[in-house]
Amino acid sequence: MALAYTATEMMTAAAARALKSSDACFVGIDLPSAACNLARLTHAPGIKLIYESGTIETKPNVLPLSIGDGELCETALTTVSVPEMFRYWLQGGRITVGFLGGAQIDRFANLNTIVIGDYDKPKVRLPGSGGAPEIANCCGEIFITMRQSKRSFVDKLDFITSLGHGEGGDHRARLGLKTKGPTKLITDLCVFEPDPESREMTVVSIHPGITVDQIKANTSWAVRFAPTLMETPPPSAHELEVLRDLHARTKRAHAGVT
Amino acid sequence: MSEFMSLADAVAATVADGDAVAMEGFTHLIPFAAAHEIIRQGRQRLTLVRMTPDIIYDQLIGMGCAEKLIFSWGGNPGVGSLYRFRDAVENGWPCPLALEEHAHAAMANAYAAGAAGLPFAVLRGYLGTDLPKVNPNIRTVTCPFTGETLAAVPALRPDAAIIHALKADRAGNVMIEGILGVQKEAVLAAKRALVTVEEIVEDFGPRSPNTVILPSWTVTAVAHVPGGAHPSYASGYYRRDNAFYLGWDDIARDRDGFFAWMKTNVLEKGPDAFAVQRRRLTATA
Repeated sequence: MALAYTATEMMTAAAARALKSSDACFVGIDLPSAACNLARLTHAPGIKLIYESGTIETKPNVLPLSIGDGELCETALTTVSVPEMFRYWLQGGRITVGFLGGAQIDRFANLNTIVIGDYDKPKVRLPGSGGAPEIANCCGEIFITMRQSKRSFVDKLDFITSLGHGEGGDHRARLGLKTKGPTKLITDLCVFEPDPESREMTVVSIHPGITVDQIKANTSWAVRFAPTLMETPPPSAHELEVLRDLHARTKRAHAGVT
Repeated sequence: MSEFMSLADAVAATVADGDAVAMEGFTHLIPFAAAHEIIRQGRQRLTLVRMTPDIIYDQLIGMGCAEKLIFSWGGNPGVGSLYRFRDAVENGWPCPLALEEHAHAAMANAYAAGAAGLPFAVLRGYLGTDLPKVNPNIRTVTCPFTGETLAAVPALRPDAAIIHALKADRAGNVMIEGILGVQKEAVLAAKRALVTVEEIVEDFGPRSPNTVILPSWTVTAVAHVPGGAHPSYASGYYRRDNAFYLGWDDIARDRDGFFAWMKTNVLEKGPDAFAVQRRRLTATA
């Protein structure tokens, strides 16, 4: 019998599977944090999770609400200052994978988390860049996880906060970057990988029950599909159990006071 | 040497209208009590400096204390928007807010450069982003050894740094442990420093030789404010009030609701209100 699961659970499981036990991963909050901890609690027990608050090799029992919850520090191997984190660890090239999200993404996986509309007269002022520009520049490769919709998967970004593949092709290399940039984009509908030549994000795997038309209807550009499309394996019973336990513990912890 | 003062005297001694003020604390140890005192004293035209403005600057901005913000991430962590910050940027309410926007790596490096007495910070960053188009303080330098082009930003040298620490000893040295953020750099970069503390002890006692201690002669004023980081937290004393962060979303969403909350909880209260929060959160820590 097929298991019942939500689109978000499918997305989180698919994102988690992209990570290896040997990775050192720079973790963003919310969806990336859930995926990274699911990986650590299932197939990748050796993964080294690093949050920009300075916590290295942290093993939180509940998901942090912020990037610097006490839980992250108390369960870390060591905690360094924020300047040290960005200078020695991120810029120093010790992080294999950066896990990012954003408000808007384009076909080359450039991300916007700064503004919708004009910068000086914004329609919506978004939080800003945080660590993302240098995460996108300095990590060995980048995974992105976002819910897919026409509003967020746009033809042209209002602002480039962090570089994906720029204008495509060898744009990153021309800027002097040696890192790979976004190699996977995991949504609630499918998984994208960059085309080897153009670097345009291309659908390689579709989640069970999702159609090609649904993916087209939720993307503002003319989305490309790989010649051979895979079906993403659904979340396993074990993945669902671990993820649901994690969220239940987290909800209890965050509702604890006030 | 630092002087022990009441919070009101310490704020009056360190923060003047028009100052550039950095209130730091990366999620942990955010100096909320000092910010509330700044609001009560009606400081205006401040340039607020902080990597993650958080609720603390949402409150200062919403109360009209700021004319400029130097920052790198302005959201309610894990929750969503800072509505008072957005209202100032999108609608100029209660007054227009100029932005100098960076990424975290640049802000962290700029504080370190300020502490080191250097004119600017250098980093490998900002490649391919639009931030240099909107922030003329993001420039480049060429490495004299390799020819590599690197990003440069001016050092941060605020008039005042304000942080919250765990302990002060009787000599006025202050101690921080846990998530350290950029507090040490902010204090050493600033002309004046105000530190609020959870506890005053005779002496720090047994500790790691690498415990972060800011010597008395790097600090202007120390004020004893138990709970002074609430709804942020103080490691070993009380936990982060995540439910408050979730609840702020509703409080700050509209102007009237925000002002009513500030009147009841800030303008008509004093630093003792923070000790009540600490007691409540310690019980469930």
